[in-house]
Amino acid sequence: MTDREPLVPDEGLAPASEATIGAAGPLRDTLTTAPRSQWRNVWDQFTHHKGAMAGGIIFLLIVFAVFLGPFFWTLEATQIDIRARNQGPSLAHPFGTDQLGRDMLARMMEGGRTSVSVGIAAMLLALFVGSFVGVVAGYFRRLDSLLMRLTDLFLALPLLPLLLVMMLLFREPLSAAFGTEQGIFILIVCAIGITSWMPTARIVRGDVLALKEREFVLAARSIGTTNTKMIARHILPNVLSPIMVSATLGIANAIITESALSFLGLGFPPDFPTWGRLLFDATDYLQQYPSRVVWPGVAISLTVLSVNYLGDGLRDALDPRSRSR
Amino acid sequence: MKTRALLLGAISGLAMAPAAFAERGSDGTVSIIYWQAPSIMNPFLSGGTKDVEAASIVIEPLARYDEEGTLTPWLVDEIPTVENGGVSEDLTTITWKITPGIMWSDGTPFTANDVKFTADYCMDEAGGCAQVTKFEGVSSVEVVDDLTVKVTFAAPTPFPYGPFVGGESPIIQAAQFADCMGAKAPECTEQNFNPIGTGPFVVDEFKPNDVITLSANPNFRHPDKPAFAKVLFKGGGDATAAGRAVMETGEFDYAWNLQLAPDVIANMEAGGKGVAVAGFGPLMERIMLNNTNPDPALGPDERSVVRPHPFLGDPAVYKAMSMAIDRPLLVEIGYGQAGKVTCNWVPAPEAVNSDTFSCDTQDIEGAKAMLEEAGYKDTNGDGVRETPDGKPMKILYQTSTNAVRQDFQALIKEWWTQIGIESELRNVNSSVFFGGDPGSPDTFQKFYADVEMYANTFNGTDPQSYLGNALCDKVPSPASQWQGENVARFCSEEYDALHEQLTKTAGADERAQIARQLNDMVIEGGGMIPLVHRGRLSAHSNTLGGVILNVWDSELWNVADWHRLQGS
Amino acid sequence: MLTFTIRRLVLAVPTLLFISLAIFLLLELAPGDPMAQVPLTVPPEVKEKMREALGLGEPMHIRFWKWIVQFFWIEPQVLIDHIFGTSFSAGDLRVISWQTRSPVMDIVVQRIPQTLWVVGTAYVVATIIAIPIGIYSAYRQYSWFDQLGTFVSMIGFSVPPFFSGVLVIVIFSVNLGWFPSIYDTTLVVNSWDSFVTQLKQMVMPVMVLALQITAQTSRFMRASMLDNLNQDYVRTARAKGLGEYTVVMVHVLRNSMIPVVTVIALGVPAIFGGAIITEQVFKVNGIGQLLITALQANDLPMVQTLTFIFAVLIVLFNLIADVLYGILDPRIRYD
Repeated sequence: MTDREPLVPDEGLAPASEATIGAAGPLRDTLTTAPRSQWRNVWDQFTHHKGAMAGGIIFLLIVFAVFLGPFFWTLEATQIDIRARNQGPSLAHPFGTDQLGRDMLARMMEGGRTSVSVGIAAMLLALFVGSFVGVVAGYFRRLDSLLMRLTDLFLALPLLPLLLVMMLLFREPLSAAFGTEQGIFILIVCAIGITSWMPTARIVRGDVLALKEREFVLAARSIGTTNTKMIARHILPNVLSPIMVSATLGIANAIITESALSFLGLGFPPDFPTWGRLLFDATDYLQQYPSRVVWPGVAISLTVLSVNYLGDGLRDALDPRSRSR
Repeated sequence: MKTRALLLGAISGLAMAPAAFAERGSDGTVSIIYWQAPSIMNPFLSGGTKDVEAASIVIEPLARYDEEGTLTPWLVDEIPTVENGGVSEDLTTITWKITPGIMWSDGTPFTANDVKFTADYCMDEAGGCAQVTKFEGVSSVEVVDDLTVKVTFAAPTPFPYGPFVGGESPIIQAAQFADCMGAKAPECTEQNFNPIGTGPFVVDEFKPNDVITLSANPNFRHPDKPAFAKVLFKGGGDATAAGRAVMETGEFDYAWNLQLAPDVIANMEAGGKGVAVAGFGPLMERIMLNNTNPDPALGPDERSVVRPHPFLGDPAVYKAMSMAIDRPLLVEIGYGQAGKVTCNWVPAPEAVNSDTFSCDTQDIEGAKAMLEEAGYKDTNGDGVRETPDGKPMKILYQTSTNAVRQDFQALIKEWWTQIGIESELRNVNSSVFFGGDPGSPDTFQKFYADVEMYANTFNGTDPQSYLGNALCDKVPSPASQWQGENVARFCSEEYDALHEQLTKTAGADERAQIARQLNDMVIEGGGMIPLVHRGRLSAHSNTLGGVILNVWDSELWNVADWHRLQGS
Repeated sequence: MLTFTIRRLVLAVPTLLFISLAIFLLLELAPGDPMAQVPLTVPPEVKEKMREALGLGEPMHIRFWKWIVQFFWIEPQVLIDHIFGTSFSAGDLRVISWQTRSPVMDIVVQRIPQTLWVVGTAYVVATIIAIPIGIYSAYRQYSWFDQLGTFVSMIGFSVPPFFSGVLVIVIFSVNLGWFPSIYDTTLVVNSWDSFVTQLKQMVMPVMVLALQITAQTSRFMRASMLDNLNQDYVRTARAKGLGEYTVVMVHVLRNSMIPVVTVIALGVPAIFGGAIITEQVFKVNGIGQLLITALQANDLPMVQTLTFIFAVLIVLFNLIADVLYGILDPRIRYD
């Protein structure tokens, strides 16, 4: 599992896969109560999970800081002040400056905007594709075999090389069409999304297969519920738990993948800050200006950490068995 | 590393003779790290510097350039010139006389036949030889006798030192490569990895893109060289790690081409295990100015092909752009010890370096005044000047993706904004930018931008063919499949005529003088804005003696003289 | 089970062929030029000649067919020749790398030992550490040990190896001088001393890699244990009066290991794939480094062959994981 992991979301993502094991099969039942109180219960359970609350709050804070921060900290991330380069933290530059005298705080916020956006967008894409394939495959018997072969095919493709090749392949046309930054943003989001939906699909399919045999589905069908309604009203709400856990992990994974791509020289261009890029650029200065490494390093770790705790809490909250304890 | 320490101990224990007179193989192992790993030991099949330099430990040319760029006889007795009769009066032939007694590492004698074979091997059409330009204009190579070889050129060649000179054009053994001619060249893995040579070391094992182990050549022509018994030539990783391994941890003895920020290098040197050394060849980082109009509205046959640029052709504009640049700062930020300010296209060798221009002080006000005077005024108050016919001075500034270049872009953009020229920055993946694919719009040859920044250089010391890069017929265009070296589309009859004269002039001084004039014409005429004269920065450990950094030939040119310093 | 395996194997053939075509097309369409790294001093005409010498002038389908023949017909012959000393493949053209002009498979074979040493060791070490941590974390859910384990594994997961690698180099090589910062691939282990040297140079890359793998596997183990600890059979076992140790270590562990074992099997191809970043940082120069240099040099035959080998391994180990799952868990039946 090596460092393919941070790059490629795979079965190794413990909590996500755990959801399959836990959720699949007829063993999980009997304690489902009415929908309303179910969500109440979930919320109660979630708020009682200290790690999850802390994770959620920190993640929200980070998101607010990077998106709203620029309104309070008005220095431009690209503004060069050559006399003030490589400075340590000071009042004028709380996070110090880089080799061209650009303000690190502003760059961290700008980088964070990209990193968090990449994380969220890639996660949404993977989630959408994964859930769609999973639900369709699980619900419609005829499509199952075909879609699962497709999933296997994607799982069998060596993901990292595929990711790298995609970056090489589409970088220029997309940059030309949407401008460098947007082009590469779209590309990275798509690349990460397309290479990470398979575990979600498998998990969701497993859950849907089990749900289909349940009495309430039979009951719904017996009163003539259409397939669309069935999926939207009965199936999807019941597979939300694995989907949400996949979501939190997807964000973390995408952020890390983006930083690894920067390291391999295939991510955003050097003049476009992201946390991964900032960390990579600062690695050379590890000994001279350790603070430059610390900020992006802490930001990445904190985000991943908070999102993971959030996922842990969510899973516990959504798992009826752990709630019953 | 333990073995090395042990061997070192053993040597210092003996401590009989000074290192320079040490016996062959008495100094143990020397370890060299190249952060780009060599993939082949045959420079004719790969133009990459890493491969050429790795091969130069094993196979050698007839003559080399020394650290000052002077031709030095290597496998011959003297450099043939018109004076000593080696070069014919009509400048069409050159006759090399091989030093008697030179052996290949397998013990067979080195003869003129091998030299002729090398020429045939590289000039074979189907072989795809990367160094074929070295043999440009050669009509035949004849073996006069066992130790004499005569090269005939189709036309008078005032500088006949292309073939068999320098690390790019070494001699390979005829007997070994006999079956590897033409299309078969790439299939000869064994030969390409383990060439038999005349150099100080012999390949023991070649692991492509990883590591090469070599040991002293028992048949080397100097009985007491090389001082080292083994070479460990490691490749891969990154420049930072290579520098660290030499200067901070002392694991390696020599690290090649450390393109690192100056303060990173300084910090590594503080580690105290090694020092960085810099040398300057003709490598120069420049901004090329597009002399044609790259407007996307024009079709592919017109864009960057025929129309003059709306304003970049005006001397006031490109001079002001040049004046606005603070070159010493660029050097300090990007290259440190390994960079110098330059105003010339051909900054080295010293004889060819023109002293017409000076550009080491930034003059924003002067630049503004110059634009103002030439009629470029900001009429609508948006901070961007307009040309006299009302076009805003907005330019697209492209380069390859590379951290230092993006820093430069950011800085230069800032300065140009100050003088009222707005620039949009763009960077292209270097494998596309330098890739030369005629289908891609982003190559540096197509130049679909107003200005672009990259570095270029030439091999050897003679700039004639390099100066040819500004000739009118070298302009890339759809007709030439966008191939051609005149990327700026600089075109002047006067220049072409003077270059023609250069190709017919023989004396070194006159040639240098013409070269300087040609250089001045291109700079004065708006072909490019020179930025930084870039050097090579390598590092060697404090215990490694005999290193003379050579930028005109392989850095490992004198590896036979390297030795372990005593008392360390 | 046998029918299932055979059917999957048969199905794997078209899948793999399709994958090889997909990889080939992707690589073909990608911009980039094998000559891009050749210095600018080599003129374009010469580069064009060099491209032709590489066979780039031929149409796409011919090159794909050539690769198929070379990979599936000639390379196996070479292997047979190598094992039995025959000469079936004499004179046939093998898959040749553009960078090195030598057979791709030879280089791959050369690289496998160091990758297996480093990545394989890291995998084993990580698994050995991760399983007990996972078990204990699950058994004492939300205890300080569990919290610490979660925290450490999250850190392991969130710190990119290009940073943690450089950090350990600066600490252990530069400042303390304990371990070499550059991996020596020429080292032959034939004595105690050389074994110690080998261990020393492996410590740092293994450490960096194992941190990540431990993080993943221990989380997985913990989750799997948690699932089983709440099952009815555990309650039954406890009610029967079985010792806590027996309940956890025999009943729960055995059931929890089923998914974990399959996940471990699924991770095996990645061992052969090497660790691109870690190998790069420590100069291990294994398969991962081979792939990334080939990608950077646009060495298409090399990239194609390597990615295809990965694909084969992934398909194979997916199958093995499924079969293992079926064997270990009698409830699962493939039909």
